[in-house]
Amino acid sequence: MSSLLIKNGRIIDPASSLDQVGDLLIEDGQVSRIGRGMGAPGLETIDATGLIVAPGLIDIHVHLREPGREDEETIETGSQAAAAGGFTTICCMPNTDPINDSPTVTTYVVKEAEKRAVTRVFPIGAITLGSAGERLAEIGEMVEAGAVGISDDGKPVMDGQLMRRAMEYSLPFKIPVIEHCEDLNLAAHGSMNEGYYSTILGLKGISRTAEDTMASRDIILAELTGAHIHIAHLSTRGALDLVRAAKQRRIHVTCEVTPHHFTLTDAACCDYDTNTKMNPPLRTDDDVQALLEGIADGTIDCIATDHAPHNLNEKMLEFDHAPFGITGLETALSLALTGLYHTGKLDLKRLVELFTVNPARIINRPLGTLRVGTAGDVTLFSLDSQWVYDVNQTKSRSRNCPFHGMNLKGRVAGTIVAGRIVYRNAVLLPVG
Amino acid sequence: MPPKIKHLLGIQDLSVEQIRLILETAESFREISTRPIKKVPTLRGKTIINLFFEASTRTRTSFEIAAKRLSADAINISASTSSVVKGETLHDTAQNLQAMAPDVIVIRHSCSGTPHQLARICSAAVVNAGDGAHEHPTQALLDGFTILDHKETLQGLKVAIVGDIAHSRVARSDCLLLGKMGAHVTVCGPPTLIPPHFDKTLRLVGQTNASVAQQSLRVTYDMNEALEDADVVMMLRIQLERQSEAFFPSIREYFRLYGLSAERMKAAKPDAIIMHPGPINRGVEIASDVADGPYSVILDQVTSGVAVRMAVLFLLTGGKDESD
Repeated sequence: MSSLLIKNGRIIDPASSLDQVGDLLIEDGQVSRIGRGMGAPGLETIDATGLIVAPGLIDIHVHLREPGREDEETIETGSQAAAAGGFTTICCMPNTDPINDSPTVTTYVVKEAEKRAVTRVFPIGAITLGSAGERLAEIGEMVEAGAVGISDDGKPVMDGQLMRRAMEYSLPFKIPVIEHCEDLNLAAHGSMNEGYYSTILGLKGISRTAEDTMASRDIILAELTGAHIHIAHLSTRGALDLVRAAKQRRIHVTCEVTPHHFTLTDAACCDYDTNTKMNPPLRTDDDVQALLEGIADGTIDCIATDHAPHNLNEKMLEFDHAPFGITGLETALSLALTGLYHTGKLDLKRLVELFTVNPARIINRPLGTLRVGTAGDVTLFSLDSQWVYDVNQTKSRSRNCPFHGMNLKGRVAGTIVAGRIVYRNAVLLPVG
Repeated sequence: MPPKIKHLLGIQDLSVEQIRLILETAESFREISTRPIKKVPTLRGKTIINLFFEASTRTRTSFEIAAKRLSADAINISASTSSVVKGETLHDTAQNLQAMAPDVIVIRHSCSGTPHQLARICSAAVVNAGDGAHEHPTQALLDGFTILDHKETLQGLKVAIVGDIAHSRVARSDCLLLGKMGAHVTVCGPPTLIPPHFDKTLRLVGQTNASVAQQSLRVTYDMNEALEDADVVMMLRIQLERQSEAFFPSIREYFRLYGLSAERMKAAKPDAIIMHPGPINRGVEIASDVADGPYSVILDQVTSGVAVRMAVLFLLTGGKDESD
């Protein structure tokens, strides 16, 4: 376990209401002291003058494609992309090949991550066997093996009774049941948001109703069972209103939004660029406004990327045939700083919360804070550094990202996991 | 002269002047098809690839005849499967074709946007011969051309388009073209086969002038209302599988509510013409006696198709026009 001193940064820890310029010492992989004028000979030191020192960022929704599609991403490359994006913890979805629906696969992911990942990696297990929506997976054993939640992500659990059982069964494990809210019949094999642009472009639409009705069912089931429902990649005003109302009624519901859903609208599909195809699809201006309101008023608990790497060959297809999904680990923080902080929609404390302590609470892990005695996971970033994202420099194995060439303000300078520097930006944090 | 047309991807991208130019050019080519020797040397040495990923008799043949009557070399590729099934990406197909240096690629595909993706990769001119439920610009141009054979102008003309609007690229292109040219279009069909906000959506693309736009396109679910005083009645093909997808309960009921019978036609103007992009389903969307009746111009549309496609190929290959 390493020791590291981070000097003269602006330390922000929403969980302990800390926002001060100072030094932070990590010893034996844990935060050991926060103060001023610290230093000792021989101690590895980072000069963080002008930088934000935040708890390590947590992304509870990524696809690492391992096992099965190592041509698209591996636990190793995905964690490197995460580190480059400032994430110290990522949770990987179970839709691998084979699907993570058994303790064997969960253990494989945990062991391989210990060997090869530069960040913490927590697997999310499947709700149903093969994510086929027919029988429950061995949820208890997967949790014992290290799973921090369950989800059939990419596929909703269409059978209401089965979803009820999954929620009830999950109660003793204190894990979130994470749902990709989409009524498949209403979604009707669409490839973009149903609306003005789908009509113009002649593409089959996925109506917002498909998300809203499923979110509604799941919230009602959460009320019935007392389970924790977490709505993944929420994208509509309707679903947001449902979550807001449910929270007022003290139903245990949380939700995440992706940077692409609060940054882009379905107008981006006009060139039939397959890197604008994801599920849920990019929605309307009105939905984006609703998401911004939900972020500001706290209805939205966290930002998650839904990092979904795909082989370039598969994205070179017709829009209808190209797979859903885009990469997002390396751009998430910068998109949030550009679109939320620099526009005055959100202060820095709330922004950091959305990436740290809130997602930590959702997966029930003592992370996302800089309190003394907790994990020495730290993200350093510049608020004002301007840069252009170049997907050709990505650490990910895939390049399916619509943010290539975009001007961004705010950038990750360094990423530290348990006191060890796992990423440093050569410009913002030069060595020596 | 209007700006040169690089690709013909959709009516959406065309200005009124460009539409007029294509229709006028088609007029000048019409006569060639009536000669004993139906061939002129205009496009000699040009290579045109007809890349059809979807079955088509009428459109493919029409493009082929248009190319040959202009002395271009026309090559037909009937891929008939998508790149996914074939195992070659669209990108690779496009690059391979480009490597053979064609002047024009005419593409028909069941997926919307494929011609646009192709146009980004290829330097050849790309003609959209129908993409998914998006556009079928040469069909709209030949429809406009056919109407002008029977009516003085498109301006102010009342046109009813009836049937499966949701899945129809012809409906989209026709609404855009007729809207841009000042016609008043009413689309009609069961609500399940009309995309939400279709009128507002297409109006915004077709017309920038708000007051003109208001009249240019409206939606009704009532066939009699659509046909009232219509100058042109355009019927769209109903795909039989829509029945199993619950868009309507039965063909019998569909024909009762939205089929074109001689009785129904009485609501239209006495000199109204009847159109259909084909292939027609007799007794499903149109009664046989109406399809074969005196006001039907369905076969004229097919004839117009050749002249219009000759004009499009000519203009896209930079064949000399008055601006040179």
